[in-house]
Amino acid sequence: MDVLLDNLDLYGPGFLNTIELFLIAAAGSLVLGTILAMLRVSPVPIFRAAGTLYVTILRNTPLTLVFFFFAFAFPLLKIVDAADFGGSAAAYYFTFALVSLTLYTSAFVCEVVRSGINTVPVGQAEASRALGLTFGQMLGSIVLPQATRAVVPPMMSTMIALLKNTTIAAGFSVFQSGSISLNLSERGENQLIGLLWVALFFIILVIPMTLLQRSLEKRWSIAR
Amino acid sequence: MRVRTLAVALLAGGLALTACGKEGTPGGSTPAPTQQVATDVKVDGSETFKKIQARGKVVIGVKEDQPGLGYKDPTSGKYSGFDVEIAKLVAAKLGYGDDKIEYKAIASAGREQALINGDVDYYVGTYTINDKRKQQVSFAGPYFTAGQDLLVKKTDNSITGPETLKGKKVCSVTGSTPIQKVKNEGLTEASNIVELQNYSQCVQQLEQGAVDAVTTDDAILKGYAAQQPDVFKVVGKPFSKEPYGIGLAKDDKALRDKVNDILEEAITGGQWESIYNATLGKSGSPATKPVLERY
Repeated sequence: MDVLLDNLDLYGPGFLNTIELFLIAAAGSLVLGTILAMLRVSPVPIFRAAGTLYVTILRNTPLTLVFFFFAFAFPLLKIVDAADFGGSAAAYYFTFALVSLTLYTSAFVCEVVRSGINTVPVGQAEASRALGLTFGQMLGSIVLPQATRAVVPPMMSTMIALLKNTTIAAGFSVFQSGSISLNLSERGENQLIGLLWVALFFIILVIPMTLLQRSLEKRWSIAR
Repeated sequence: MRVRTLAVALLAGGLALTACGKEGTPGGSTPAPTQQVATDVKVDGSETFKKIQARGKVVIGVKEDQPGLGYKDPTSGKYSGFDVEIAKLVAAKLGYGDDKIEYKAIASAGREQALINGDVDYYVGTYTINDKRKQQVSFAGPYFTAGQDLLVKKTDNSITGPETLKGKKVCSVTGSTPIQKVKNEGLTEASNIVELQNYSQCVQQLEQGAVDAVTTDDAILKGYAAQQPDVFKVVGKPFSKEPYGIGLAKDDKALRDKVNDILEEAITGGQWESIYNATLGKSGSPATKPVLERY
């Protein structure tokens, strides 16, 4: 308990930053991932190719490598300047952490959504096209709503993975829960106990997500 | 045919890439003095020493990414530096020559746990002695006294000491003592603090101009400055005292006393100086002999 109470200045801001990183990256990757999934099922070959290329390159590329690229290689391309962030190094690295997490996770989200689309019988799409709906309308109001229902459990797994992946940002100048144990060691605290507290907080964060999954599954369940 | 062309292209590419690496070995290529290996060493009542004897070799925890102190040559896999030489000296006096040493590279954050678990027999790697750490491990030494300093670009004259850091981007290792000090004393704005995985990455960012200064113990910074003297300089105004000790298991007073005896002999007998001159001394800064603090 002492380890936690003596170092609240680490645990408090650390977990707030973790939650902030998670929420923004989750929203970003859900949007980008769904767009990618739509590209991958679109009738236009070039769109399909673009979606496939993205997933092939980014799916499960070690996340550290993605971070590494944005922290060390990307600045050399001089596409964005540090001055664009008001000269703040913290904002600069935080943004790159968000971009890395979003790009990495959206490849998984894309495949999850696409597998959901595959569960919707082809007849549904054919019927809606026969009724005169455009491709966009067909996806947006017929197929995706049904697909979403099927993908709740794997999507939640992807999101929980994202939550835990945020700790990688510790090595790239973003202070969050992954940095806590590193700080503790230098303060001479017992790291094992410090890490147990970190683990406990992660479990506390995961529980509401599991509950949300269960309630969504129940609400959207249908008799087949 | 196509496969062969591809293979040749890959091979050529590989060769070209490897040729891009830096020439020479950074961080001490002149051989440090070899140590006389002692025989029939007895350390009564030391659990760790019993373990060493049973194993027939000694396992030493070191750093691998700090030129001049503890540095692992990526091609030969050999360790060099001041800390490593001190580690060798202690091993030799305990009766174990170079061929009976196993090095384990352990980063700062894992040191206490490695000693507590007994993964290493002792740890020599820029390990600052402090009271909080003494609750978990014990220290022989100090065998060197460092102080927090700043590494800047050679052309940069705006940073002359800790009080001139305001508005400058400062880099160090995530959660390390020096960066916590910069934070707590408000030496620069929170938004200007950059924390990366190791000092080499910080130095790289400094070279690219992404940060204005790298801060940690002067001994470490001197190693980098010695590697690229045309690019970097150490400000040279230490603003803390960091006595480096040899980390040992907490309850092993017998071995601690023995290691202290070894260090004392080396400091008074001139071996300490010859080790210093062969490693850290090459950066041009004079040696100050440490004073042992036994407990």
